[in-house]
Amino acid sequence: MLSDLSGWAITAVAILGVLSVAAGVAVFVVDSMARATFALLASFLAVAGILLALDLVYLAVVTALMMTIEMAIMAVFMIMFMMNPAGLMPMTMVHNAKGSAAVGAGVFVLLAVGIWTIDWPTMNPVRPDDSTRQLGEAIMGSHMLVMLVIGIGLFATILAGTVLATARGRYDRLGPGLDAEHPDDPVPGGLRR
Amino acid sequence: MPEQTLAEAWGLVPAVLGIVAVGVVLGVVVAAVDRVVVFGASGAVVEPIRSSARLLAEQRRTTLAPDRLLWRIGCVAVPTLALLSLAVVPVAGRTLWSTSADLVWFNAMEALLWAAVWLVGWGPNAVHALTGGYRFLAQGLAYELPLMFALITAGLAAGSLRTTDVVAAQEALWLVVTMPVAFVVFVAGAAAFAFWGPFAAPAEADIAGGVTSELSGVDRLLVEAGRAVFLGASAAMAAALFLGGDSGPWLPGPLWHLLKTLAVVAALVWVGRRMPVLRPDRTVEVGWMVLVPLTLLQALVVAVLVLTGFYA
Repeated sequence: MLSDLSGWAITAVAILGVLSVAAGVAVFVVDSMARATFALLASFLAVAGILLALDLVYLAVVTALMMTIEMAIMAVFMIMFMMNPAGLMPMTMVHNAKGSAAVGAGVFVLLAVGIWTIDWPTMNPVRPDDSTRQLGEAIMGSHMLVMLVIGIGLFATILAGTVLATARGRYDRLGPGLDAEHPDDPVPGGLRR
Repeated sequence: MPEQTLAEAWGLVPAVLGIVAVGVVLGVVVAAVDRVVVFGASGAVVEPIRSSARLLAEQRRTTLAPDRLLWRIGCVAVPTLALLSLAVVPVAGRTLWSTSADLVWFNAMEALLWAAVWLVGWGPNAVHALTGGYRFLAQGLAYELPLMFALITAGLAAGSLRTTDVVAAQEALWLVVTMPVAFVVFVAGAAAFAFWGPFAAPAEADIAGGVTSELSGVDRLLVEAGRAVFLGASAAMAAALFLGGDSGPWLPGPLWHLLKTLAVVAALVWVGRRMPVLRPDRTVEVGWMVLVPLTLLQALVVAVLVLTGFYA
């Protein structure tokens, strides 16, 4: 499988792989929440770079896009809710050190064993001219049901999370009879409703 | 199959240098047009160059206990991302590199700008800068989705996410005719990503310059140049995606693209400088209650037109 790739692509995958792991380690080494968040982003960007080297442009770019937005928003919440955002006091990202080390080692062994023991397909399938189109056809065709279920599941989770997190409900906004002319919001929206 | 990219046609190094030069020129043009609109014509072209030289020579000042690493990364990332977004904008009919996901690449560079500007606000350990950074994120939540839908709508009509394919699909009819909403949202979103004009709340005077408040010397030059280059790149992209790119009678193609880009820059600056700054706490509701449904409706109209064979 690797033989399909050019020499520079293999080199890029190797270097970016090391970078990604190193940035992942940095998440737990640095003593500032902002740096931890952006180390994680660097790790994801290295993975996006690997996808790019493997000529999966759409997946690479979408990984970079999604992870950047996710990390930018996560930075806000991590700094809001976690201890010591700016690294002015000692802090650690590692909790339950022994348990997490055991889980980490276990998962590593599981994945490593899986990688080396699975009977990977050896015949070379024809590579598509346009991996983006192939991906689109898979998502909108044979894998549509899976994508829809995942999409609705994620959406329901987001809604449920928001409902659980917010202390205000519709009666706070529109009064006991739900008949207020204008909702009573702490931050008025831009539409003056 | 795609035609040659700029890198294949000119060689990698000349092509990259060429794109950087185009980016710098676009940035100077945006700054000059901005100056003409705000102050009148005197010294419009010289002034951006003069102030750049002054910033280059200026000594950098710093703050108490800054996060220097993240601050520098943010400052360097802003112009770098602006130039990277230019890599998929056609120059002389070719893009620096051409992939099957050019439009998503452009959008990803904008998203990375999100993180970079927040870093510029976070770095100096100063309250006004940090407030500006958070304002930029809050605003981003409002326009990121409409902007994505606007970009995708152009790709939908062309049946391809490759910029040169989108340009080629407009030989008969400019896409702006069937997707005016997407065009306006794209240009407005670009201005918002450069936190410029009515979207300048992250760098506004009420928080003493916000994200730019603690910048000095070369850092300020990098961030301000990045904003200008990004606006110029977005104008060039808007001209390519919605205004037919280099199609036009009599004149050679690249000249048409340049003229259209200049027209978009002029219109953007002329309109943008005449609008009040939007309050960031009021943009999200507008974005999600008005722009998201509008852009979705626009995408639906275009999708139906595609099915009827309108663009074929």
